[in-house]
Amino acid sequence: MKKLINDPKNVVQESVAGFAAAHSDIVTASTDPLFIVRSDAPVAGKVGIVSGGGSGHEPLHGGFVGHGMLGAAVPGPVFTSPTPDPIVAATKAVDGGAGVLHIVKNYTGDVLNFETAADLAAADGIEVRSVVTNDDVAVQDSLYTAGRRGVGGTVLVEKIAGAAAERGDALDEVAAIAERVNANVRTMGVALTPCVVPHAGEPSFTLGDDEIEIGIGIHGEPGRERIALEPADAIVDRLLAPILDDFPFESGQSVLLFVNGMGGTPLVELYIVYRHAVEVLAQRGITVVRNLVGNYITALEMQGASISVLKLDDEMTELWDAPVQTAALRWGR
Amino acid sequence: MTLGTDWAVAWVRRAAEVIAEHRVELITLDREIGDGDHGENLDRGFTAVLPKLDALPGDSTPGDVLKVVATTLISTVGGASGPLFGTAYLKASGAIAGRAEIDATGLVELLTAARDGVVLRGKAEAGDKTMIDAWTPAVDAAAAAAESGSDEREVLEAAAAAAEAGAVATESLVAHKGRASYLGERAVGHRDPGAQSSALILRAAVEAAR
Repeated sequence: MKKLINDPKNVVQESVAGFAAAHSDIVTASTDPLFIVRSDAPVAGKVGIVSGGGSGHEPLHGGFVGHGMLGAAVPGPVFTSPTPDPIVAATKAVDGGAGVLHIVKNYTGDVLNFETAADLAAADGIEVRSVVTNDDVAVQDSLYTAGRRGVGGTVLVEKIAGAAAERGDALDEVAAIAERVNANVRTMGVALTPCVVPHAGEPSFTLGDDEIEIGIGIHGEPGRERIALEPADAIVDRLLAPILDDFPFESGQSVLLFVNGMGGTPLVELYIVYRHAVEVLAQRGITVVRNLVGNYITALEMQGASISVLKLDDEMTELWDAPVQTAALRWGR
Repeated sequence: MTLGTDWAVAWVRRAAEVIAEHRVELITLDREIGDGDHGENLDRGFTAVLPKLDALPGDSTPGDVLKVVATTLISTVGGASGPLFGTAYLKASGAIAGRAEIDATGLVELLTAARDGVVLRGKAEAGDKTMIDAWTPAVDAAAAAAESGSDEREVLEAAAAAAEAGAVATESLVAHKGRASYLGERAVGHRDPGAQSSALILRAAVEAAR
C-alpha cells in the first residue's frame, strides 16, 4: 500500500503542523499537548466548544475549528482517541468564562477519555457539558452493543451548536441545541474498499473486487452486511431505507441532506448519490432545503459514502445559515 | 516469600517486553474485530512507563510503582484501553497502598481492585467479550488458590492460567461492548484483543515472581 508519508509514527504531528501553517489566519496549533485552537480563543463570555477523536477523519475535527463552529479540536493518533491531557488543555484554552461543551462521537475510547477529561477540567473549576453523538442507524441492537456510533451527523451538530455559541447562547442552551440536532439526524454509510491505517500497513478488512460493505462506521470496521456491488441508485435506496424506517418523517418535512465521501470516492460519484437521494426523499414528500456534499468525515482513503438526513426546524435552519469561517466550511463571512 | 517493590518493577518491565513482543499479534486480533490499534497503543504506553521506573524514589512501595503505571497509561495510550488499563492499575495501587510487601491475600486484593476498576470504567459484564472475561476468572482462581494456602507465585500462576483460558474462551462469544459489538455473530471465532493483552500482562506478573 503506497502512502504519501514519512515515518508512520509522525503522521499526525506532521499533518497538524501543515494544517496550522496553511490556515494560520484561522487557527493555531499546540504541539505538546497536541490540539488545534481558534486564533482568537478564548472568546470572552461565549461558550467554547471542543471536539476530537482519532485522526484519519479529516477535515473532521480540525477543519471545523474557527468562527461559528469549534473552539478547539483534539486529534488523537490515527483511529485512536486522544488521551485526557490534551483534551483538558484544549478545554482550558477555549474557556472564556461561559463554560465549555464537549462534542464526543459515541465510540468507547472517545467516550472514556472525554469523560475522564471532563472530570479533570471540572476539578479545575471549568464548567463542562458533554454531548455524545450517535446518529448511525446501522447499529440495530443498541441495547446489546456499545450503542449507535457517532458519524456524519457529528458535522451538523458541530456547525449548529457552534453557531449557537457564537450568537452568545448560554452553556445549557448550546448543549440543548446540540442534543436536538443529534436527536433529529440519522446516518447510514457504505464502503467500496477498506482503508489502511499507516502504522498497521495492511487493510483493516478485505473486500472482494465485486463486494461492498453496508453499514460501516468511520474506522474501516466492518458493517452490517456484505453484498455484491450494485448500481449507485440501488445502494442509495439501501442506505436511505433504514434511515426512513428508523425515523418517521411526515410528508412536508424540510430536511438537510448531507452526502459525505469517505475519502477515496470522487465528487463525481457523490453527486450521483445526492441526485438520487433527493429523488427518493421527494417521493416521500420530504423536501431538501439545505445540503452538504463532499468529504467532511472520512476514513483515510476508504472509497464509500454516507448519507445523513437532518429534520430541520426554523432555529436549526437559521443556525445552519449563520456565518462560519473554518478551513473546511466557510460562508457568510 | 512475599513480593516487594522489586517484584512490582520487574512485573512492569516484563509486561513492557511481552507487549512489545506480541505487538503485531495484538494488532492482528484487533484488526479482525476492532480497529487494529491495540498492540500499537499498549506498546506506546508501556514503553513510556519504563523511564519513569528509573526515576522512582528509593523508598517506593509496590503501590507507588503501580500508580506510576496507571497515570502513564492514562496519559499515553488513548483509545479505550488507556482509561481501562489505567483505571485497573490505579485501583490496584490503591488496594495495596502503603504496604512494602504483598502476600497472597494482598495479591487477591490487588487483582480484585484492578478488575473492579475495569468494570467501573467500561461498564462491561462477564460474557461481553471484553478484558473482563480474562480478569474475572483470574480473580476467582487467585482467590481460590490463596484460600487453599498457595504461596504468592502459585496465586499469580493460577490467575495467569485462568486469564489465558478466559481469553481463549472469548473466541466463542458475541461482543456486547466496544467496537466488536457492532459485528454481532461475525465476532464469533475471534479472540478479544483486550482479554489477550490482559492475560499477557498477568503472565508477566508470574515471570517477575521467579
